[in-house]
Amino acid sequence: MPDKNIFDVSDEDLIWVEQQVDKHGKKKGELIQILRDVQEHFGFIPRKVQVRLSELLDVTLSEIYSIVTFYAFFSLKPKGKYQISCCKGTACYVRGAEKIIEKISQYLKIQPGDTTDDGLFSLDVIRCLGACGLGPVMMINDDVYARLKPEDITGIISRYEPPFRDYSEVMRQQREEAKTKEKFAVEPSRRLAPI
Amino acid sequence: MLNLKINGVDVQVEEGSTILDAAKKAGVYIPTLCHREDLKAMGVCRLCVVEVKGAKTLQASCVTPAAEGMEVRTNTPFIRKARKTILELILSNHPMECPTCLRNGNCELQKLSSQLNITEMPFEGERSRYEKDETTPAIVRDPNKCILCRRCVNVCNDIQGIGVLEPHHRGFRTSIDPSFCEGLYRMPCSQCGQCVMACPTGALTERDDTEKVFEALADPNKFVVVQTAPAVRVALGEAFGMEPGSIVTGQMVAALRKLGFDRVFDTDFTADLTIMEEGSEFIERLEAGGKLPLITSCSPGWIKFCEHFYPEFLDNLSTCKSPQQMMGALIKTYYAAKAGLNPENIVVVSVMPCTAKKFEAQRGEMVSSGYIDVDIAITTRELSRMIKEMGIDISKLEPEEYDLPLGISTGAGVIFGATGGVMEAAIRTAYELVSGKELEDINFTPVRGLNGIKEAELAINGTILKAAVAHGLANARKLLEAVKAGQKTYHFIEVMACPGGCLGGGGQIIPTDNDVRQKRMQAIYEADKSMRLRKSHENPAVQQLYRDFLIKPLSHRAHELLHTDYTPRPRVLARE
Ligand code: SF4
Ligand code: SF4
Ligand code: SF4
Ligand code: FES
Ligand code: FES
Repeated sequence: MPDKNIFDVSDEDLIWVEQQVDKHGKKKGELIQILRDVQEHFGFIPRKVQVRLSELLDVTLSEIYSIVTFYAFFSLKPKGKYQISCCKGTACYVRGAEKIIEKISQYLKIQPGDTTDDGLFSLDVIRCLGACGLGPVMMINDDVYARLKPEDITGIISRYEPPFRDYSEVMRQQREEAKTKEKFAVEPSRRLAPI
Repeated sequence: MLNLKINGVDVQVEEGSTILDAAKKAGVYIPTLCHREDLKAMGVCRLCVVEVKGAKTLQASCVTPAAEGMEVRTNTPFIRKARKTILELILSNHPMECPTCLRNGNCELQKLSSQLNITEMPFEGERSRYEKDETTPAIVRDPNKCILCRRCVNVCNDIQGIGVLEPHHRGFRTSIDPSFCEGLYRMPCSQCGQCVMACPTGALTERDDTEKVFEALADPNKFVVVQTAPAVRVALGEAFGMEPGSIVTGQMVAALRKLGFDRVFDTDFTADLTIMEEGSEFIERLEAGGKLPLITSCSPGWIKFCEHFYPEFLDNLSTCKSPQQMMGALIKTYYAAKAGLNPENIVVVSVMPCTAKKFEAQRGEMVSSGYIDVDIAITTRELSRMIKEMGIDISKLEPEEYDLPLGISTGAGVIFGATGGVMEAAIRTAYELVSGKELEDINFTPVRGLNGIKEAELAINGTILKAAVAHGLANARKLLEAVKAGQKTYHFIEVMACPGGCLGGGGQIIPTDNDVRQKRMQAIYEADKSMRLRKSHENPAVQQLYRDFLIKPLSHRAHELLHTDYTPRPRVLARE
């Protein structure tokens, strides 16, 4: 599948890129260093920037793309407005996390690590949210969903899809509810980096 | 010199050789997959592993340098097993569609599986699935069949200097793709097909247009005319088990008639015509102080490359269409009128050693006859499949002659198929037209041979003309950079996109390596030698064409039908 990337950059952004290239020197050997700066600056490596870099450094576009897709440090898309983090830690795994991830992938038509074309959702697979007893678990931004079954997914995600409603209230209620039902906190202590 | 032992046999090899080289010298066969003589060794497939005494692990012989006193074993039970496992692992992520694969019977993966006696699939699991890329007129990519050997990557980068294909992502998701894993049509791909020639499997192939040809042949209302390029006749035989370098011109013509073509014409005829037009253009530019160097324009892969990467040289390109397109335009005008045919009912099929010709045939400009000049362009490989499908045994056919008048040609047309050939043919004609004298030695050898860039000088009427010949687009790039930087000045440059020229074209019979190229080249010069006429301006049918129809080279009508213009193209297509 082609890697789509509608997340464009402006002309000023491209000027910024040119400045970085001038700073590092127009050398092929600086490519990775420049890409790191770009990643930090934009949060991803936009397509136009790759094209511009290939012109500036006289490196084939394909080679730049090859580097960007090889190192996990670089990403091709910004994170979505709603970041879905689905746990695939051991406990969640044995309780069927894989099916959940598959379902999300199917529904949003993206693979883990990817962002939907409208920029709304991104999906990451992470290890252990620290809520093992509630597995399988996923988070959408700060909202935690536990004891997931594949058939829940569509309903949950559609809450975030346009037309938008105010879910903060709903979520607050749910969190309260969850707290009364379960004895332990569902707020994870920390989020680990994606696999 | 290094001394080593391979399977107990002593061999001596030069410093810098690999174990594989040494094994070859010792007459020991090691199976290989990602390795190719003319490309840089990658050592990615690991099929060529051997045991080296003292080494902890198996070594890939294609990348491991030979060393003094090395003791190598290539056939221990352990290696046999390892080799099999490696191939089985490759196959475990392969679609196994042999019966419906274009490379069936000519696939290195298939051949190795049979050779290594793979009879079952011990590994099961997920397979990667990709969409087929059919976005260009010439090249089809099916990444599902890709074994990640990277041969296409090296060809596109190192031999063609383009770098459209590259490994992307990693691990299980690794794929060999154009950037952004997008369709090839977005990329500055020259459509040269050299990646297809390098691919061991069916992951890269030409677009198969044989069905369209069969359809036209079956239509009683269509008058189907075929033309064959110079380099097809020296390669087609290989598909039928003949030695590389067999010349099968007559049998090919006979086979084409058997397939049902109404007329069989020779692209050599329009190659002669190209020389008349391009030679005149050159003389005109030289005398009128026009843009020089003049650069040849018969290789559509080169043209597309130039449009993408060297738009500043577009005015240097000869405005002549390629012989294929000239023939198409003439068949639908000159020949149609002569034979009393309605051009609307004529289908022009061309058999080319080239995939880029498919791209060229569908270019918007190529409709000067009022119709699409060339309706279908097929490659040598596709023709060989058509002949096989109809159960024709080409070796058993009596040779036949091309049809008149567009089947008459000279030796100058024939050598178009080899790198340096267009230059030599042009010199044969230009010299005589300008100086009025006969050329002493008609064989202009400095431009022959497989050197990447060849230079030559020739004095005509006291002026020294400088010429250069490049084949393989990386060489073309080198040459153009030198011209751009002012390090070199030439009057005339010939560029062919493919290594060796058309005889090594992307539509030729696989396998094609330097050895095969050399043999086909010999065959071409032999065919030239055996021709009665060897200079384009002596072609009687060309002379008649000018008398009856075109009037003179570069006439208004010639310009309309035989010349074209070029468009700068971007390096990457913007997103729509
Ligand atoms: S690429 Fe080779 S092994 Fe694969 S399906 Fe085609 S013929 Fe068979
Ligand atoms: S057809 Fe030629 S230019 Fe295009 S990808 Fe293949 S080798 Fe590269
Ligand atoms: S497309 Fe063919 S040549 Fe290229 S890496 Fe895949 S198998 Fe090798
Ligand atoms: S394994 Fe999923 S929360 Fe611990
Ligand atoms: S042939 Fe040596 S590693 Fe592939």
